[in-house]
Amino acid sequence: MSDALPVILVGYLAAGACSLLGCFLVLRRMGMMGDAISHAVLPGIVVAFLLSGERAALPMLLGAGSVGFAAAVGIELLHRRGRIAQDASIGIVFTALFALGVLLVARFAGQVDLDMDCVLHGEIAFAALDPLVAGGRELGPRAAWILGAAFLANLAFVLLFWKELKLSTFDPTLAAVAGVGAAAVHYALLGLTSLTAVAAFESVGAVLVVAMLIVPASAAYLMTERLGTMLLLAQAVSLASAVAGYFLAVRWNVSIAGMMVVVSGAIFAVAFALNPRMRRPRAAAAPA
Amino acid sequence: MDELLRFVLLRDANTVYVVAGTVLLGIASGLVGTFALLRRESLVGDALAHAALPGVCAGFLLAGERRLAALLGGALLAGWLGTQAIALIQRRSKLKDDAAIGIVLSVFFALGMVLLTYIQTLPTGAQAGLDKYLFGSAASLVGRDVAVIGAVAALAAGAVALLYKEFKLLCFDAGLSASLGFPRGLLEAVLMTLLALTVVAGLQTVGAVLISALLIAPAAAARLWTDRLPVMLALAAAFGAASGYVGALFSSLGGSLPTGPLVVLSAAGIFCVSLVVAPERGLAARLLRRRRTNARIRGENALKHIFLIEEHLANPALVSGEDVAAHHSVGVRDALAMLEGLRRRGWVERDGAAWSLTPEGSTEARRIVASHRVWETYLARELALPPDHLHRDAEDMEHVIDRDMLGRLDEELGHPARDPHGTRIPRPEERP
Repeated sequence: MSDALPVILVGYLAAGACSLLGCFLVLRRMGMMGDAISHAVLPGIVVAFLLSGERAALPMLLGAGSVGFAAAVGIELLHRRGRIAQDASIGIVFTALFALGVLLVARFAGQVDLDMDCVLHGEIAFAALDPLVAGGRELGPRAAWILGAAFLANLAFVLLFWKELKLSTFDPTLAAVAGVGAAAVHYALLGLTSLTAVAAFESVGAVLVVAMLIVPASAAYLMTERLGTMLLLAQAVSLASAVAGYFLAVRWNVSIAGMMVVVSGAIFAVAFALNPRMRRPRAAAAPA
Repeated sequence: MDELLRFVLLRDANTVYVVAGTVLLGIASGLVGTFALLRRESLVGDALAHAALPGVCAGFLLAGERRLAALLGGALLAGWLGTQAIALIQRRSKLKDDAAIGIVLSVFFALGMVLLTYIQTLPTGAQAGLDKYLFGSAASLVGRDVAVIGAVAALAAGAVALLYKEFKLLCFDAGLSASLGFPRGLLEAVLMTLLALTVVAGLQTVGAVLISALLIAPAAAARLWTDRLPVMLALAAAFGAASGYVGALFSSLGGSLPTGPLVVLSAAGIFCVSLVVAPERGLAARLLRRRRTNARIRGENALKHIFLIEEHLANPALVSGEDVAAHHSVGVRDALAMLEGLRRRGWVERDGAAWSLTPEGSTEARRIVASHRVWETYLARELALPPDHLHRDAEDMEHVIDRDMLGRLDEELGHPARDPHGTRIPRPEERP
């Protein structure tokens, strides 16, 4: 059990921090933006890694996070100014940045303690073993501290700007009229998503961050009509998938982060099978 | 230099395979990506590529060894399941396309990771070499792989040639396509199958994560250059092929750099160049067009102000640069620069410090002022706007209304002598 706890904790904190923001990404139809950001941070991570020589330090978080943020802004510019379709803008920007990241990993493989496996599904078991040492004492896994900080930052953001987030998500027009900084909320959301993607990268890799951003939030969205309940349910899904995913992965000796996502996918499948439009397909035809 | 020569001359058998594989893949994805882009399904390729991974693993597990047909068949099946799941989630829940694509992409991929790590624990798993489907490994392409990619490219080209009219209508007017009796479901299934085949062919070359880039970037770049579908298809195929060639070239020169990301970055580079320099839609062309329009508007404004000053002055020949500056609310130097521009076009003449309209300039100025005042009359009469709501709109419209439209508006309104403010409306053709 002492082996299990740190890994489950890191897994839950990653999924929990992601799905706090993911709920709003899903509601604002920005799901693929999460996909784009979590891929785009890779070159930032490699460069920050080369420069600072350590993983998951603050400069890395900020440096790589700003690359993700810049990618999100670049996608919007390409869409608005370059008049490229939104999905094509996303597809071009994030794949190019991810390709650059892969190239950098290949080129500096010797100098960087990163490999392709880590890029894809992280090394949650190793991350959970690597302790934070302060004043000669071990204070638990460093990844847990970093993801915990990301979790708290996202939680503070959601709680402090609850009204603004809610209004700009559900009624952008009223938000604009009421003088709520919809643009500020939008960019803060993108910025925090970038930071969280970087923080979670080490544990779960680039591709599975997407799942943690979207899947628990989407499952929760299908179970409730209330925003507060949705956020809580997303946390419950994150926790359940971290716990069940860990034990299933250990049992079958497979990728832990991958299994956590598969479990959350299974929870989503159940929520989907039970969602109202699945039971009454005719309701889908009625205007929402 | 020697290496470059060896590459260009295709000296090594291995180089031939790599180049043939990437170029053929580029052609296939350019053709297929064009239809995906036009149907706003660019990211479906991304989802398909990620979703194919568990299929590759399942194919390996079922076949018990690395048999190409089993791997590709599994990938195709899983990709197809993924697209069906995306459609189902969108149809039967309140989730939208972005969430549906994201969920399928990431959960299928996670399942692939789980299966991959499971395979690695098997005794046969160590040599499975399945991880190269993640980032591709163009260097390990052999003749058989190239033949598969070539077959996919030929299939894509053949399908586009045979079903060109049907695909075109499906992309641009699905309603008309359906009413003409084209089988929409079947055509969409054909396009989806082509997309899935291209993705599967690309898995080994550029990998699951990056194949979507090849489906999007060449087609998006081609879209910038043309409005015609045949040209776009040809360009997208050419851009795809060029990305493949350049990527393979850099990979052979740069030591141990992987081909897949280099191909993707080449495609992104072609897109970036197109974004800037493409005629009509490119950023440079649009900037130039905007500047030309602004220059024309500035010139027309200067001309109008000379006319308005002349309208008020006792001696019309004595308009100075300062007058124009004051009337137009700009600096004297700007006003003089504008006047000089008008002089070059033969619309004004200069006599010392005094400027006056030439007959051509006078006609042009009267056209602009007439457009302004006729538009004000139109707004006041037809839309019953109060007099203080007319001027600002007319300030913009005077640069939009051309001579033909002015004539029609004038006739429609019965050639009014005065505008709503009581000022006389000049006519371009009248003698001053």
